[in-house]
Amino acid sequence: MKTAIIIQREYLSRVKKRSFIITTLLLPLLFIVFMVGTSYLATKSTREKNVVVVDQSGLVKDKLKSTNSVKYSYSDLSVEQLKEQLYADSFTALVYMPKFDLDKPQTFEIFSNENLGTEVASNLRNQVNELVRAERIRLAGIDEDKYKSASADMVSFQYIVGKEEKKGNTDLATVIGMASGFLLYIFMLLYGASVMTSVMEEKTNRIAEIIVSSVKPFQLMMGKIVGVALVGLTQVALWVLFLVIVGMVAMPFISGMQVDPEQAKALSEQAMAGGNNEAMQLVTTFMQTGTLEGVNLITTFCWFIFYFLGGYFLYAALFAAVGSLVNEGQQDAQQFSTIITLPIIFSIIIMSTAIKDPNSGLAVFGSIFPLTSPIVMMARIPFGVPTFQLLMSVLCLAGGFVLTTLLAAKIYRTGILMYGKKITMKEVGKWIIRKN
Amino acid sequence: MQDQVLLSVQHLKKAYGAHKAVDDISFDIKKGSIFGLLGPNGAGKSTLLRMITGIFHPDSGTISLEGQPFDGLKHTDLIGYMPEERGLYKKMKVGEHILYLAKLKGLDKQTATEKAKYWVERLQMSTWWNKKVEDLSKGMSQKLQFVATVIHEPKLLILDEPFSGLDPVNANVIKEEIFRLAQQGTTIIFSTHRMEQVEEICNQIVLVNLGKKLLDGTVDGVKQQFKEHIFTVSTTDVVKQLPDYVKIIESNEYSVRFQTADPDAPNRVLTQLIAQGNHIHSFHEHLPSLNDIFIRLVGTSPTARPFSAA
Repeated sequence: MKTAIIIQREYLSRVKKRSFIITTLLLPLLFIVFMVGTSYLATKSTREKNVVVVDQSGLVKDKLKSTNSVKYSYSDLSVEQLKEQLYADSFTALVYMPKFDLDKPQTFEIFSNENLGTEVASNLRNQVNELVRAERIRLAGIDEDKYKSASADMVSFQYIVGKEEKKGNTDLATVIGMASGFLLYIFMLLYGASVMTSVMEEKTNRIAEIIVSSVKPFQLMMGKIVGVALVGLTQVALWVLFLVIVGMVAMPFISGMQVDPEQAKALSEQAMAGGNNEAMQLVTTFMQTGTLEGVNLITTFCWFIFYFLGGYFLYAALFAAVGSLVNEGQQDAQQFSTIITLPIIFSIIIMSTAIKDPNSGLAVFGSIFPLTSPIVMMARIPFGVPTFQLLMSVLCLAGGFVLTTLLAAKIYRTGILMYGKKITMKEVGKWIIRKN
Repeated sequence: MQDQVLLSVQHLKKAYGAHKAVDDISFDIKKGSIFGLLGPNGAGKSTLLRMITGIFHPDSGTISLEGQPFDGLKHTDLIGYMPEERGLYKKMKVGEHILYLAKLKGLDKQTATEKAKYWVERLQMSTWWNKKVEDLSKGMSQKLQFVATVIHEPKLLILDEPFSGLDPVNANVIKEEIFRLAQQGTTIIFSTHRMEQVEEICNQIVLVNLGKKLLDGTVDGVKQQFKEHIFTVSTTDVVKQLPDYVKIIESNEYSVRFQTADPDAPNRVLTQLIAQGNHIHSFHEHLPSLNDIFIRLVGTSPTARPFSAA
């Protein structure tokens, strides 16, 4: 009952804050801006490279396609003259291609003022090799169109997983796994730190002793942890709502294209219309079964909430304990909280291995060990995880959560009323062992 | 005043590692009395109070409230505790804060609101209701803390240095409230190292130092116990001579201060002075102040250790 009063205060005092509304709205926007921004910058920030080609082979002249960042032009001037222009910075690079034997491997030189990285060389290699191939085919007397249709990629591979023979989609699973792992990482640090600073505030404000004369320290600690958890859930719920609304707004556009194939054809890109049909099919299957390309989004979301809560509770208790150890200064806080954040950072490292090979030993261990399991298991779930491992992971996380909470409660109870002196790890150890 | 015991503390012990913060302390507090818990900083007062409020568990010994063994769940709502180091949530509003603390003491929303309004009015704080706590002066937050401590009408009110930081006017307001509550039957534990306040307020005192109880009794009783049988007699004429069985400490033309262990001596001195034809102007015994007793008992011991839980 009293814990409920504390939860209520912790929840309302956070949700009512202007900063809560701002972060809730801003974070997804920031995320989108970040994603779009980086990809935009990645294409835009590359400098335009002007490559002058001296083609004596007659093979490539006027046939190289310029890209956004690599522009080709041709010159009949002597290489010496062009080199002088190059060193005077008139263009970026100079390629000299003499007549050469099509049947022998060749290496051509690219002259430049600075090291240009892989872009120019690989672009040239691809295009010139393609031209050489076309020329060889022409010389062999094969029809070019026939060759094209004969050499088109026809074969791809599909994972079929387990006895149920479910279609596995590695790309989507990777994206969802990575995204949920990172989200958990951010949430655990964000909300954990929120619990920590709040405990620190109560301690340094000296309100703690007044409160614990009415309720048990454990109630105060749990009230705070649960209150912040509810704030987190509220935030996630608002984001899901945000997503749904965006989806609802976007839906008519997708189905609009579907209903009107004329219009789709008018776009003349057959592939794109095909893409839309595929997209529509995906949406329909998703609506019916909650599954997207073999990844069950609904189940994944439920697991996400479970690992979010489990991981958060596990770490929040530890963060609360750390908060209670701090005396005035922020430095103590940093020192202690580093110890807690380390396993969270390790989780991210293990997660990247887990995504490459979801069933490797490290991935399996990481997804069962409670300090790393929230992030690592979350990254594996979209790939499908054996039930036994899931069960182990759930049990270990629940056990770990109970253990850290009991541990934290012991530290918190004493720490929150300790003023004036620096607390050593040795003392903390004594508090944990002590019965009363 | 009833003679019923409200709080009984028996052989209470609490150690932090090798450091004995409270070392076998026992006392009883009568219902409706104002009980002074005295001691220098670090004597173990805070630890003692934290055990009585249920914040700490004693290592051994018993605490009973109204004859029943102390039970945190049942009894915390009967106690109002204002610790020495006290703070508030800075971002909350005054009214909100009072209600929150009242609800934590088990009051429902409606009762809490009624009581809060009553106390806020009583201490002339009505205009602060919607102010943020961070905008209050130190004295104002002290008053707010006092209200939050008494709002649930505790049977046992524990005030640790309640006047620190208060100006004389507000200190007086709080003092009057303490007296009024005591008259209404609230038992009050008043912890301090300011002796003049204790003499003024308390009926009963306990003096602790280095975790041990040094002294227990009523203010008058303690003074009697520590009196040094020093008397001053002043006369309208020059004092000619005193009997040689008293020890003269100080004398001037019209008054003499003397010490004697003989209970009959004062009477005999007076008789002799009167017989000598002196006109007695005044005659009184010097009782030591609590401050003197405090310094005499504590001053000689090694300085009190700062509170630590190592």
